[in-house]
Amino acid sequence: MYPDEYRYTREHEWIKLESQRATVGITHYAQEQLGDIVFVELPKVGAHFAAMEAFGTVESVKAVSEIYCPVSGTIEEVNASLSDNPALLNQDPHGKAWLIKIRVDDPAELASLMTAEQYEAFIRSSEQAES
Amino acid sequence: MTSFGGFDMPVEYCGIIDEHIAVRTAAGLFDVSHMGEIEIRGREALTLVQYITSNDVGRLAVGQAQYSALLRPDGTFVDDLVVHKISDIHYLLCVNAANREKDFEWIRSHNRFDATVENTSDTYTQLALQGPRAAAILRQLTPLDLTALRTYRFAFDKVCGVHSLIARTGYTGEDGFELYFDPAESEKIWDALLEAGKAHGLLPAGLGARKTLRLEACYALYGHEIDETTTVWEAKLDWICKPDKGDFVGREALRAQKQKGIERILVGFEMRDRGIARDGYPVLQGGAECGHVTSGSYAPWLKKNIGFAYVPLRASAPGTRLYVRIRASELAAEVVPTPFYKRPK
Repeated sequence: MYPDEYRYTREHEWIKLESQRATVGITHYAQEQLGDIVFVELPKVGAHFAAMEAFGTVESVKAVSEIYCPVSGTIEEVNASLSDNPALLNQDPHGKAWLIKIRVDDPAELASLMTAEQYEAFIRSSEQAES
Repeated sequence: MTSFGGFDMPVEYCGIIDEHIAVRTAAGLFDVSHMGEIEIRGREALTLVQYITSNDVGRLAVGQAQYSALLRPDGTFVDDLVVHKISDIHYLLCVNAANREKDFEWIRSHNRFDATVENTSDTYTQLALQGPRAAAILRQLTPLDLTALRTYRFAFDKVCGVHSLIARTGYTGEDGFELYFDPAESEKIWDALLEAGKAHGLLPAGLGARKTLRLEACYALYGHEIDETTTVWEAKLDWICKPDKGDFVGREALRAQKQKGIERILVGFEMRDRGIARDGYPVLQGGAECGHVTSGSYAPWLKKNIGFAYVPLRASAPGTRLYVRIRASELAAEVVPTPFYKRPK
């Protein structure tokens, strides 16, 4: 379910690093919790965000959720297809429905994020805490 | 699951949008057992109900239901409710979950009549079967002639062999029924309705779809459009307020407000810029804050972003440009005629 080559945040974003560039999205768990996603607000290309700074918003019918930049970096590209088809985030959150591509300030920052295995344990424990 | 008025209830089953569309095109089944029931009995039951509610209960026939409100002396809302006339000496009031205890104490404290007031909420399960296929589904499980049961009428009959109050009422803007019966039979009737509805496209539906459906159909929700700061005139609920019926709690304040004129009023709006207005967001006109959103959402059937807001009278005409502050932006919206959605005849 959760690709091994990605890293994950406690706020349910994923990040995939390829040399200095990274792709960022929200996780399957996040889209499942949100339910039907109907609106996505993304930043402008060129904007810079610090690690865990909010860079956009995802809204489902029932909830508004901020999305956080897993590491600091500069926006190079946003996924424009989401503004007309936000439901793609429910269908393919780890693939076609990526949110942003960034130039990463310091790839070493990724070391503080969770691996797929750690993230799966993290969502299991938050689910247990809920029930 | 979410906690609502002390009940654990699903916000959604298969997804709010699918559930919402099912209710508009086929049918949805809601467990609304959280709703409260208060029963008033006795020789002066009618006098008490007339005194505590704003609509005219005197016009009800036995087997008829009526949307109404409990008001405070200042004309604001204790709650909104549906009054069912079971007999000349017996009325059943269906009230909001979160207000059950408050309403019960309120009614009791105003009871100086020959009537008894009983909170019977725990003795009923309430299921709402809503949508254009609702009658075709329910017909399979009851001997009651549903074609003879008109909107806002109710009757007692069996559903799956269980004695039930069957009311042609609802909160979705569609045809449908609300069923009241013994909680011990809940699972049996829930399962039987789902089974009978399978071939009709019936889906179980949660609180999420209930909220979006009622918003499209323009039904007020207590705590949002109506509360202890708003009146029937402001909420455009004039039709449930009958000052000429005789004395009732809140009447004098409402007469005075009518004479003086109201300053703000509830309007429906559609977003013109891309963005979803949510409950509590500020509404602006001419750069200045002039009100707030009481309910706002993406509307799954209309596929628009809509909402309700209280605004000054001068900003209430359809076509008026408003702005809603959504996070850091002020986004354009327009006052539109309501209801947003009306079912095809």
